[in-house]
Amino acid sequence: MSRVLINVPKSCKKGDILDVKVLISHPMESGQRRDEQGQIIPRKIINKFTCAWDGEEVFSADLFPAIAANPFLSFSALAVASGTLSMTWVDDDGHTQTELVAITVV
Amino acid sequence: MIGASGLLLAGLAPARATEDQVAVLIEKLVGAAKPTPGRVKLDLPLLVENGNAVAMTVGVDGEDGVRSLHVFAERNPLPNVANFTFGPRSGHPRVSTRIRLATSQTVIAIAVMTDGSCWSDSVDLLVTLAACIE
Amino acid sequence: MMRWVALFLCLAAQTQAAPHSGYADASAPVRAMQDDDTANPGFLWVQQGEGIWSDAGVPTGHSCASCHGAATGMRGVSARYPEYDAKLGHPLTLEQRIEQCHTERQGAAPFAHESDELLAITAFVGVQSRGMGVTVDASGPAAPFFDRGKELFTTRMGLLNLSCAECHDGLAGHHLAGATIPQGQPNGYPLYRLEWQALGSLVRRIRNCLTGVRAEPFTDDSTDLVALQFYLGARADGLKVETPAVRP
Ligand code: HEC
Ligand code: HEC
Repeated sequence: MSRVLINVPKSCKKGDILDVKVLISHPMESGQRRDEQGQIIPRKIINKFTCAWDGEEVFSADLFPAIAANPFLSFSALAVASGTLSMTWVDDDGHTQTELVAITVV
Repeated sequence: MIGASGLLLAGLAPARATEDQVAVLIEKLVGAAKPTPGRVKLDLPLLVENGNAVAMTVGVDGEDGVRSLHVFAERNPLPNVANFTFGPRSGHPRVSTRIRLATSQTVIAIAVMTDGSCWSDSVDLLVTLAACIE
Repeated sequence: MMRWVALFLCLAAQTQAAPHSGYADASAPVRAMQDDDTANPGFLWVQQGEGIWSDAGVPTGHSCASCHGAATGMRGVSARYPEYDAKLGHPLTLEQRIEQCHTERQGAAPFAHESDELLAITAFVGVQSRGMGVTVDASGPAAPFFDRGKELFTTRMGLLNLSCAECHDGLAGHHLAGATIPQGQPNGYPLYRLEWQALGSLVRRIRNCLTGVRAEPFTDDSTDLVALQFYLGARADGLKVETPAVRP
């Protein structure tokens, strides 16, 4: 499990556009670096990130080794009705992590 | 130091991407439709202190009908940076993140619209300290 | 590191200006990263530290919180560290003080130097003092440690034969291969350095500078290394605590 910081308002009005900010602790090892013995350090990055609101897609990203360590993503979501914002990411080892945020729309 | 081992292994160093490679990737993405400069906006600093984490924002201002955004770095070891898609629950078709840049170069953003049109923007930037990705 | 060699060509008088944070020398994008807590990766460690603060899974079963209460009670603490400890007769850095509680009062094995855990709990304690002025007390019995630290700061070392002061007092504000030489202030630590792609301690930063001049790094916890940090703390008088800062 990676440490993660998600910033999004927990309540808002219908029709609001919410800023969603996500910081994930991950080395995003590029697969381009060599260790002191000259061996390539194997690539290990988060390669896919998706965000959905009650199952409906908000935003998704295919990420490559050019994304900085401890990736930061900021995007927005349209508040239609109260529900759960879910964020899921997958890394090269197949580790999947999902974080949920309940949002009240009035 | 990564720099030192890089020198020793210069012969094995990964080749840099090239403008041609990026052109091929863009062609794969948009087919025959040549991207037109405009509509999409790529924000990056022109002078980068450290290539390990460069703040980038890409988006299409005040517009619906954006299917996806794509970012390429011409002189990184691998030219792909990220692809972003916006679903029905997205607010603005805009995203910020932080990227690695191996050297001074041109970064290109492409927007693919739902009407099939393609738009582009690019930024030439100077990197004083390169990212340690080689 | 070759860029440092270029300094041989530079000659500058050693004057000590008023304290000035490395924040002011960083580029606008780096400052923006520090200014926004939701974008500053240092807060990933702060969050981890918050977990350690209330973790009772230690041999004595006492979390930091069980003795110290809410972390807000730590406000002001990091601003006066390193602090002279009268019982021990020498200064302790904040990391060493936390290790003391962790080993003696929690019965645990020490955190490893530069481990994510130690950086995290130090950042969590440190962030409580954000915005407060650094006030390290170097008077009375602490004075000899200040003097020793100053002596080290002004002693030329390494193959490049440069002292900390030659760069950080004499050449502060000048440019070194695109980067501005800062005053070498300690007020942001532990901080997120883009070069490291991680949070790191003041000791790690000092090591980087020592490697830069090709000098032997001090050993961990050596009296000299603590004295040097003590001097840096006193020299930073009045600068605001920025933990966790962001630097290139
Ligand atoms: C069993 C109780 C106990 C526990 C558990 C404990 N501490 Fe302490 N701590 C103390 C006492 C008592 C002092 C004062 C020591 C002194 O002045 O010599 C202290 C002092 C400190 C100080 C210095 C405060 C100052 O004003 O200079 C810090 C920082 C600190 N503790 C952090 C921690 C952290 C972080 C943890 C958990 C990892 C922790 N402590 C766990 C009892 C505890
Ligand atoms: C050759 C010049 C030079 C010397 C000598 C030098 N440094 Fe530095 N130092 C730098 C530069 C340049 C930076 C900024 C980071 C960079 O670009 O490497 C820096 C950064 C720092 C910082 C971080 C400041 C911040 O805002 O976070 C500290 C602390 C520091 N140095 C302490 C020292 C100490 C202590 C010594 C002596 C043991 C020393 N330096 C010797 C050039 C030097």
